[in-house]
This record gives sequence, structure tokens and C-alpha cells, in this order.
Amino acid sequence: MSVQGIPQRMSGNEAVAEAIRQINPDVMPAFPITPSTEIPQFVSSMISNGQIDTEFIPVESEHSSMSAAIGSEAAGARTLTATSSCGLAFMWEVLYVAASNRLPIMLELVNRALSGPININAEHSDSMGARDSGWLQIYAENNQEAYDNTLQAYRIAEHPDVKLPIMVCQDGFITSHAVENITLLPDAPVKEFVGEYHPEHYLLKEDETMAVGPYAVSPYCMEAKRAQAQGMINAKKVILEVAEEFEKLSGRKYGFYEGYCLEDADYALVAIGSVCGTIKDAIDKLRAEGKKVGLLKIRVFRPFPGEEFANALKNCKAVGILDRSEGYNSVGGPVGAEVTAAMYRAKCQAETVNIIYGLSGRDVRVSDVERVYEKLEKLAAGENVFGPYPYLGLRSADESDCV
Amino acid sequence: MNSLTEIRWHGRGGQGAKTAALLLADVAFQLGKHVQGFPEYGPERMGAPITAYDRISDNQIRVHSNIYEPDYVVVVDDTLLESVDVTAGLKKEGAILVNTTKSKEEIIPHLKGYEGEVHIIDARKVCHETLGKYFPNTPMLAAIVKVSGVIEPETFINLMRESLEHKFAKKPEVLDGNMKALRLAMEEVH
Repeated sequence: MSVQGIPQRMSGNEAVAEAIRQINPDVMPAFPITPSTEIPQFVSSMISNGQIDTEFIPVESEHSSMSAAIGSEAAGARTLTATSSCGLAFMWEVLYVAASNRLPIMLELVNRALSGPININAEHSDSMGARDSGWLQIYAENNQEAYDNTLQAYRIAEHPDVKLPIMVCQDGFITSHAVENITLLPDAPVKEFVGEYHPEHYLLKEDETMAVGPYAVSPYCMEAKRAQAQGMINAKKVILEVAEEFEKLSGRKYGFYEGYCLEDADYALVAIGSVCGTIKDAIDKLRAEGKKVGLLKIRVFRPFPGEEFANALKNCKAVGILDRSEGYNSVGGPVGAEVTAAMYRAKCQAETVNIIYGLSGRDVRVSDVERVYEKLEKLAAGENVFGPYPYLGLRSADESDCV
Repeated sequence: MNSLTEIRWHGRGGQGAKTAALLLADVAFQLGKHVQGFPEYGPERMGAPITAYDRISDNQIRVHSNIYEPDYVVVVDDTLLESVDVTAGLKKEGAILVNTTKSKEEIIPHLKGYEGEVHIIDARKVCHETLGKYFPNTPMLAAIVKVSGVIEPETFINLMRESLEHKFAKKPEVLDGNMKALRLAMEEVH
């Protein structure tokens, strides 16, 4: 029996700050950057108001905020930070240090385009660039999921079989700054669910001396990396266990992905983030016309549950994989590459197409999604309706690129 | 029946269009509605045109796109009529509300043949008489509630009082002026 939720309305950034208040982590080093700035702003207000006793560390850059997070987490303190876009890029070097030292730091990432041109709006280029840094990555469609994912994050990251840092991602402005309805959980059951942090090894442990981040010679380094990879592999089981427990608490179901009208779908889209709400509205419209369309919304991208995704898509005739970041590899985006590879391994027979959309906050309408499904149907029928490098809603003289 | 009402706000950075959109969503939420209130930023600077949006519905709102076929449009600054296509997609069963010192006859030629209702209000006058400062978003919020009927006006006034009492807990002297601005705006809009 789940607990009685509290109906509220708030933006995605407020929702995340509320979750942080309920968790009351030990340390938050942060440096402001649009559109995630509000998160440290709200948290520091909560600290000033005496609502939580988190130690806030103002720093001079994102490289420093992640470095301070590493120091504090290694010392044994539950730590988080928040950033976006170039802020994440500036953390690049130390992201790997956090992951390889098996430090379960939480990073609230409000996804924003990397430069250039300079742009403040939603894009996944920041987190996709860091997809191979060893961090867990969980994405949200709306404020509710950003809140729920934050509450589950430490349980996954700190699990003794995982011990990896975690990025909780949401779309800049589209969810971070949109006020929407949300159902919060009461403080006491949240505290009980998240629990206290008792790491096995940490720098301030009196009766154990240890080094964090020393040099490793070649005969040992490769084994360390393989051991780190095992944490990522183990995370799959833990993510599902935590989700199951969270469902008992909240009544809300989570997994690696959400299938919407997917079971009998002939034509499916695969996507991440806020666009999935828009896709669901398009699906309802097309289903009413008898079209067998569906959605696979990716929640967990690291670890990459390729087998599960492919299995869910195995009966589709055509699958469109949407990327909110440009791969600059002359082929397409990272979600497209990885999902297609997973489908190949699982011997899926569906036609696939990778479509770039929504760069730098370019809006996606229900009618855009309907157009893509229409084209997927034609693709399945053997028509070559997508150009060699499809971009949704692109304004270009070469129409073959435009979806 | 389609219970969804969509409102698009056109303002300039610093005029409070985003705040007004969020306040409207807030009040509708308190009445048990599903809401969405969000801004669309261009370059972030004072005076640049900005757009803000409201969706108010009896059902869950999932769509995350901007609003292209609004039921209502609010123009917080009539100089925008020269540069922004404010009536784009506006439903003719709906209405447009413009803050202006001009007459309806002077405004209508700038609305690209819009066939629906046109309402105007002199928010500067309302602000001058009630607030002593120019914060056009407060009167525009009351005026669009009156024009759209999306919330019953008296219910809106009462909820705004609660909300403003909370917001201005440390500046109670501001409350009266704002409440007067809301009421006067409802009388002045036509």
C-alpha cells in the first residue's frame, strides 16, 4: 500500500530542490549555470532557513565543484552538485576521477546545448558527451520523474554492488522552468526510503587508512577498469530493485524504459526526455485513427539496457530513434547508434532510422511527431522516405534532410 | 468535450509576463486544475520580446511544445504589435487582450484581420492609480481572467489575496495596491 501523496505544482528545478530537501545530503559544492542555477539557489535558501543542514560550498568553477564533490564523497559524506552544458564539459576530467574512485556522487544535470552557437536551451549534447565517463545516467520526461529519479538515485549509486556516481537528467527550460502538477511524498517515508549513508571505506574512517586516486601501473590498471565496469553491469539489477521498492512507496512504476502503446505497435519511436509527453499525445490521436503506433521512452541510458530495449522493439516493422544531440560522426546521434546496435545483436527485423531533433531547444509539436509516424509506415512498406541524414523540422534548401 | 484552455503571453523582458503566466497557473492549480505555465526565452535581457504560456485543463497535460493555436493572447506591450505576429494561430472563437492607451479602432488594423474579440486595457493608468509604479502584469492577469472566464473572477480575487499575502508577507503595504489593481483592471478592461 503506497503512502498518500501531496498534490503540488512546481517547476522541475523546484521539484529536484524539494527532493534534495527531503534527502538532506551532507555536502553540496556548486557553481551556477543556466538553466540549473535555481537548484543550488533553492538549496542554499533551504540551508539559510535552517530547513536542512547540508554544507554548501561556493566554488569558482565547475571543475572545482566536481573536485570538491570528489573530496567530500571520498571523505565519507553524501554529496551532490548540479550543472548544465558547458559546466558539465568543464567537469570533464574529474567526472572520470569520480567514477573510477567509485564515489556515488549525485549530479543534477539540467540538459542544455553545448556551444556553439551559444544557446541556453534544451539539448542532450552535454550528458551524451559524458556518456562513457563511467557515470550512471537516468532521464526524466517531466517534473514528477525528475523528483522521483532524485529520490531513487542514491539508493542505486551507493549500493555496494554499484558504487558509481549518478547523473539525474531533465530537459532545460522545457521541464526545469515549467510549472506543472506533481505529487510529492511526505518527508518521513522519503527519509526512510533513502536511508542514511554508511560507506564501507572512506578517508575519515579512523581505524582504516586508505589512498584515493593513486597511480596504478599497467599490471593493475586494467583490472581496476574491469572491476569498475562490473559496477555498471550490476547497476541493472539494483535499478530494478530500487524501482520496485519505490513503486510500493509511491504507487509509481519505473524501469529501464516506459513502453507506451508499445506491445502491439508496428511503428515505434525511441526517445529520451520531455519530447515523450508530446509523442504520447500524438500516439493517442493516431491510435484513435487505428494506427498501430507506440513509444519506447528511455529512462536509463547508463547502464545501457540494450537487450531489454531490443526485446521490446522486436515485433515492430519500423523504428525511429530520436537523438537530441548531434554526433558529428557523419552518421547520426548516440542513441541511434546504440539502439540500432542492440537491435542488430538481437536480430530484430525492423527497419530503423535515426532522426536528429530538438537541437538548442527547437520545439517539437504533436504534428511533427505525426509526420514521423506517417513516414515510418512508408519506410516499413519499402519506400525510401527519409533522406540520408534526417533532421526533424530543419529549415534547409536540401529537402532530403528535412523530416 | 475539450477542457483545455491555452493562453499565450507576449511581453518584453522585465514586464513580468512570465510571472503573470506562472501566477495564473498557480491559481488554476488551487482550483484543482491540471496546469502548465512556462516561459520561452530568446536572448535574456531587459526589453527583448519574450513569450510565456499557460495550459489549464481538467485532464493531465503531457504535451511539451509551445502553444501555436491559443484560445487567448495577452499583449503586455502594444509596441510588440509592430514586430511580433501576436495573432498567429489565435482561434477566432477566442480573444486578444492588448495593453494600450489607444482605442480599439486604432489597435484593430494592427491585428492582421483577426476575426475574434478584441479587448483593450490601459494597464499604465491602472498601475498609476493603484500601485504608483508601472507593473503591467498585475492588471493584465486580472483582465485576462475577466476576458477568458477561465476562472470565476471573485474566486480569482480571493485566491490572489491569499497568494499575495504569502508573497508579500514582509511588505504588507504592497498588498492593498495590488488587490486594488486587480479589481480596477477588471472594471477597466473592455
